[in-house]
Amino acid sequence: MSITKLLIANRGEIAVRIIRAANELGIKTVQVYSQADATSLAVEMADEFVEIGPASAAKSYLNVEAVLKAAKDTGADAVHPGYGFLAENAEFADAVEAAGMIFVGPTGQMIRSMGDKASARKVAESANVPTVPGSDGIIEDLDVAQELAASVGYPVMIKATAGGGGRGIRVAENAEELATLATQASAEAKAAFADGGLYLEKVIDNARHIEVQILGDGKNFVHCYERECSIQRRRQKVWEEAPSTALSEEVREKLCASAVALAAAVNYRGAGTVEYLYDETSDDFYFIEMNTRIQVEHPVTEAIVGIDLLAEMIKIAGGEHLSFSQDDIVVRGHAIEVRINAEDPANKFMPSLGIVGDMRSPGGPGVRFDHFLYQGYQISPFYDSLLGKLIIHADTREGAINRLTRAVKELKLGELKTTAPLFLLLADDPDVKAGAVHNNWLEQWLENNIGKLTQ
Amino acid sequence: MAKIEIRSQLPGVFYRKPSPDEPTFKEVGDTVKAGDAIGLVEVMKTFQQINADAAGIIVSFEVEDSDVISPGQVLAVIEG
Repeated sequence: MSITKLLIANRGEIAVRIIRAANELGIKTVQVYSQADATSLAVEMADEFVEIGPASAAKSYLNVEAVLKAAKDTGADAVHPGYGFLAENAEFADAVEAAGMIFVGPTGQMIRSMGDKASARKVAESANVPTVPGSDGIIEDLDVAQELAASVGYPVMIKATAGGGGRGIRVAENAEELATLATQASAEAKAAFADGGLYLEKVIDNARHIEVQILGDGKNFVHCYERECSIQRRRQKVWEEAPSTALSEEVREKLCASAVALAAAVNYRGAGTVEYLYDETSDDFYFIEMNTRIQVEHPVTEAIVGIDLLAEMIKIAGGEHLSFSQDDIVVRGHAIEVRINAEDPANKFMPSLGIVGDMRSPGGPGVRFDHFLYQGYQISPFYDSLLGKLIIHADTREGAINRLTRAVKELKLGELKTTAPLFLLLADDPDVKAGAVHNNWLEQWLENNIGKLTQ
Repeated sequence: MAKIEIRSQLPGVFYRKPSPDEPTFKEVGDTVKAGDAIGLVEVMKTFQQINADAAGIIVSFEVEDSDVISPGQVLAVIEG
């Protein structure tokens, strides 16, 4: 059954991205929106739009009944969840299918087995994908946690099984800290995800975050190589690139093959990302989690392999098989994405609210700007601070960094404060130029370079 | 006794509790010192604490827990 009308259960830049993909495939679009998003670009671009509740996401974008009602009322035959909100909610995926519609993503069962960190770890072990030394499942009591932590060695990380976006993660240096932090992490995860289960793993020092993009149609599985997202602030990715500068060809092939093995182990359907920590000193990589959805940073992969991941997701959901094999996927050049957030890097990354002023979008060769802005748009306080993503492609990494600087300088949003100035400094930094970064690198850099940001 | 209005500089969602499972920061009739927290404003998924600007007794909350607020809106009134 092919899709004729797609409901977009999301907002912001990813809603715009999904509408564009649907338009190119000749699919009609329905945009749901909260009262705070009535003037959003996605609403303006969609063929139809339906208000689903007040500004608060819990009462609108996370309201399963309201989203399903909008889909039924408009005769949509498929729902795309984007990222965040309901994208990894297995009950929502089930409910969409139970209502006779297509969920653009994996089945609820696949989300359950891969979305839960403890269960995903078991799947990874069964597929011979290396995992970080740690607990085999959810930790029931503190004595067990402390015993295990002592055996793998401190520091250890405690994670909520239902976590995501870096929430519910704590690092304990010793047994006393573990006791205090386990309680806090459990409470935070329970508040954000209604599930307080925790697991524990060894901290890999100065690791890099490397993730593999995969696609599956339930029978055939391919990878679209890796992305490196080591430049993070508070565990939020800030700068992503592909390919990684850290991998040898041999390790790259092993890493990507392990991601495909994992996808095959669950007969994966749709686009997904397998995330790893990479220890440069030993060349070891460890599976950390799988995201069963499209990711914010998918365009860097699109840039280097020339595949429209959103279109592929929608075609697979409509029942088509992958139209290419692994051998057809070839990397060309280097891509970098930076996140333009409504935060003021000169003032502790405080949320910056305001109206988009006299706007100038960057352009020219190798420049893509995915965003949902227009002149006069009022930035909403109710959702996350991502305004757009600047994606740069060039033949070489050096070329991409030079092009990034040029494109960031072209971007103008009036008086609105954004993270854009940070990227001019990063693009000029010797460590960034050399690719000598790791997951804690940016935090340290910010401490040492605060003066440059406030100038 | 002067009435002092506590306002939020930011728009967002106002909460009277530090987290959903905890008691409120303050109730009507409570005594506050300057700098005491009376609520939180959630803006772009980050939380900014709202403090009393002066000492006194809380006489009213002008917004409910989880209400959407605008910049400059009065959140509570204290008498000091």
